[in-house]
Amino acid sequence: MSGIHVSTTINGDPVEFVCQPGETLLDVLRDRLRLTGSKDGCGTGDCGACSVTVDGRLVCSCLVLGAEAEGREVTTIEGLADGENLHPLQSKFIEHAALQCGICTPGFLVAAKALLDRNSNPTEEEIRFALAGNLCRCTGYDKIVRAVSAAATEVRKQEGRKQRRSF
Amino acid sequence: MNDRNTDTGIGAAVLRKEDRRFITGFGRYTDDINEVGQCHAVFLRSPYARADIGEIDVSAPLEMDGVIAILTGRDMAADGLGDLPCGWSVKSKDGSDMISAPHPPLASERVNYVGEPYGVVLAETRQAARDAAEAVATDFGELEAVVVLKTATSSEAIHEAVPQNRCYLWELGDEQATDAAFQNAAHVVTLELTNNRIIPNAIEPRAALATHNPASDEITLYTTSQNPHLARLILSAFVGLSPEHKLRLIAPDVGGGFGSKIFVYPEETTVAWAARRIARPVKWAADRSESFLTDAHGRDHLSRVELALDADGQFLGLRVRTTANLGAYLSLFAASVPTYLYGTLLAGQYRTPAIHVEVEGVYTNTVPVDAVRGAGRPEATYVVERIVEVAARQLGIDPVELRRRNMIQPDQFPYQTPVALVYDTGNYQASLDRALDAIDYGGFPARRAASEAAGKKRGLGFACYIEACGLAPSQLAISLGAGVGLYESGEVRVNPTGSVTVFTGSHSHGQGHETTFAQIVSDRLGVPFDDVEVVHGDTGRVEFGLGTYGSRSVAVGGSALVVAADKVIAKGKLIAAHMLKADPAAIDFESGEFSVRDSNQSLSFGEVAFAAYVPADYPEDLEPGLSEKAFYDPENFTFPAGTHIAEVEIDPQTGVTEVVAFVAVDDFGEVINPMIVEGQVHGGIAQGIGQALLEHGVYDDQGQLITGSYMDYCMPRADDLPDFDVDTTITPCTHNPLGVKGCGEAGAIGSPAAVMNAITDALGTEEITMPATSEKVWRICRGD
Repeated sequence: MSGIHVSTTINGDPVEFVCQPGETLLDVLRDRLRLTGSKDGCGTGDCGACSVTVDGRLVCSCLVLGAEAEGREVTTIEGLADGENLHPLQSKFIEHAALQCGICTPGFLVAAKALLDRNSNPTEEEIRFALAGNLCRCTGYDKIVRAVSAAATEVRKQEGRKQRRSF
Repeated sequence: MNDRNTDTGIGAAVLRKEDRRFITGFGRYTDDINEVGQCHAVFLRSPYARADIGEIDVSAPLEMDGVIAILTGRDMAADGLGDLPCGWSVKSKDGSDMISAPHPPLASERVNYVGEPYGVVLAETRQAARDAAEAVATDFGELEAVVVLKTATSSEAIHEAVPQNRCYLWELGDEQATDAAFQNAAHVVTLELTNNRIIPNAIEPRAALATHNPASDEITLYTTSQNPHLARLILSAFVGLSPEHKLRLIAPDVGGGFGSKIFVYPEETTVAWAARRIARPVKWAADRSESFLTDAHGRDHLSRVELALDADGQFLGLRVRTTANLGAYLSLFAASVPTYLYGTLLAGQYRTPAIHVEVEGVYTNTVPVDAVRGAGRPEATYVVERIVEVAARQLGIDPVELRRRNMIQPDQFPYQTPVALVYDTGNYQASLDRALDAIDYGGFPARRAASEAAGKKRGLGFACYIEACGLAPSQLAISLGAGVGLYESGEVRVNPTGSVTVFTGSHSHGQGHETTFAQIVSDRLGVPFDDVEVVHGDTGRVEFGLGTYGSRSVAVGGSALVVAADKVIAKGKLIAAHMLKADPAAIDFESGEFSVRDSNQSLSFGEVAFAAYVPADYPEDLEPGLSEKAFYDPENFTFPAGTHIAEVEIDPQTGVTEVVAFVAVDDFGEVINPMIVEGQVHGGIAQGIGQALLEHGVYDDQGQLITGSYMDYCMPRADDLPDFDVDTTITPCTHNPLGVKGCGEAGAIGSPAAVMNAITDALGTEEITMPATSEKVWRICRGD
């Protein structure tokens, strides 16, 4: 079976790879590009551990074909921080102890980022609803919800600063 | 606690050292690791619950692209590999030994549960291995399966050696005294209880990656284990895979365990064996279906419970008859879970003078059942706290008042229960009082009335649980049938520049040991928190260990580190005394300083460490170096206890139960890191609420698992759960140097009973089993 050549952008970097037609985006990220931050928790789109965004849209990378990344912009957990500077979600996850074993954490962070990108002032109910596609067996979600809420406050502050600077 | 470390020492909510790698995607779990030249394993699994294995035709798949080898249970048997053992031997009440059915890692003649592996395909890619596994043609002679627990002992024997499918009939307590208590009782309350089968579902599926080095003949196995040393011991001593010194197990970052990664499974064993046999690194990662089908399940008890009370509501006797499903084979801890980790906890927090429990451990054609978070103690708590609540309802006594009348008093410790344990300390009334305040017990009638006015049903449920943790005094455990000691090892290695590397036999798979254990050692030695690194999970780096389960890590593993750190201090005092020309007995150690008492002479910890490695001015009779080990064997179990209260509101129109409030007040003894402890409690509560409302592992009558995916097995999600209101009270453990008891399982132990007591309170009937799904609740509300 001949491979498919794919040109895409991952975490802002141009990337080219060759994959088989049946390979998922998750397989490509983990096995070909060695971006192992996205985790394989179920392979059926039920646990959210493999969450990434494609053109800003939250997807389970286990349900997207690698070939579908052609011409798109893919963001993974490895692209969340700006170099050494953590995203507010990452900082708040540490401050609120919103993770334990860490296996679901990349998926939660990517999903929470997708939430804050469209709603930087979510209610607790909106946070719980937005993260209902991600399974965590360790935390009982309580601290995750609090961390996302705190990160939203931080994001709004940063947006406010940016707006003030632009005046 | 010393002054320098108040921000990072014992009791401080220190942020976790391990988190940065996890939140940036740089955690390193088994499936993230790859070896040059690795191939992929996919297992041949039984589609039947019970069948004879006939001819296995591998000729066509062996010709397929990328296929390297197909090995079966017959190849493994020919190589002389031994069975997977049960590590705990239980005796029946007649004195006979339990009957352990042989459990080969790969079945060679007969399969006994759906998903049982009988062979493995090794190929260049996972997909090629999958395709080839599909193409293997195996003749199975299907046999009638024994699936229903209730009738298993009257069904055909699954294993030739096990008549009536009965592994053991175990008892504990004084039967005659209990019978007498019932004869004298003013009230007898009876309850039939089902403790539903649950599937552990760590979000990281099990995985293994094995490499054989032909030059050294060493096998290195990366695997998802809670106890790599114990796994190595079993693979070496029982399975005969490789001598212990030629086998290295590494459990790197592990994505949750909840008990399921304690055990030595067929797949990890096979991967290590295959890597040597085909001279290639072999990798396997379970898909979620395999996790459902093959991870050891939990609970699955049927119980008949009777409580005898006098006219004042004093408990006189408790009689429990339990049938426990063990699955098709005995998994590593399986025999002990429904016996020593269950029957011994039936006194709960109460002074019940006579208790008798009988447990029938039964084989069925289902995946083995073993420890899942709490392991026996949630089942015991469910029995005790459900019957106490029902007794209160039947006698018309407030459930809090009935509990108070029977609780062990704070001045009665140490307390000998009628079921073998001696509780060292506790104050059950204190946690109960705090919990009642938190839930606003007095305001409940008004809240219930408001719900009723809105067409809803509101209920409140209690669970005053106790657990035995800190497994375990070795001699006691071995006398009760354990195959290994249950101490823990620790090593505190001071580096020449004064930083410290700590090695522990405990394993962290979410518990945050890299932080907690660093707090303990930093606090003890007065060394900055950031100068302490914790190493765990590698038999090549850590001397020995029994691993993490049963809320034992801080109580046993942490205590080992305290003992080792104290040895470091003792040696440091000898060095300092020599350097300061003082009597060793006159050297004090405080906040990282060795000083001569009543003088201004002192040396820093770093100066002494340097002198130990560069011994220019050094005692003649002392070895250089500053590194100490300890094996800490606990004197007793620890006994965390507390009160959990659930408040639920049910919508009769939909049957949906909302947990509107959940309060947990736990006594874990001293707390090393309250932030981490809080998280452990949260997670346990979530699993317990999951068991009570949503989760159920179901086999059909052919032995097919019909809850084998996340579409069929309902996991609690963010929108199913409330915020948790958790708090602690403290009575320090009396027999370990930290005064700690353990916190990992309490949430899962107390919450199922609390939630079910609340639901039955709301519904006004006891006739509902876990999980209380919206369908069941809806039918009751309709009067079906």
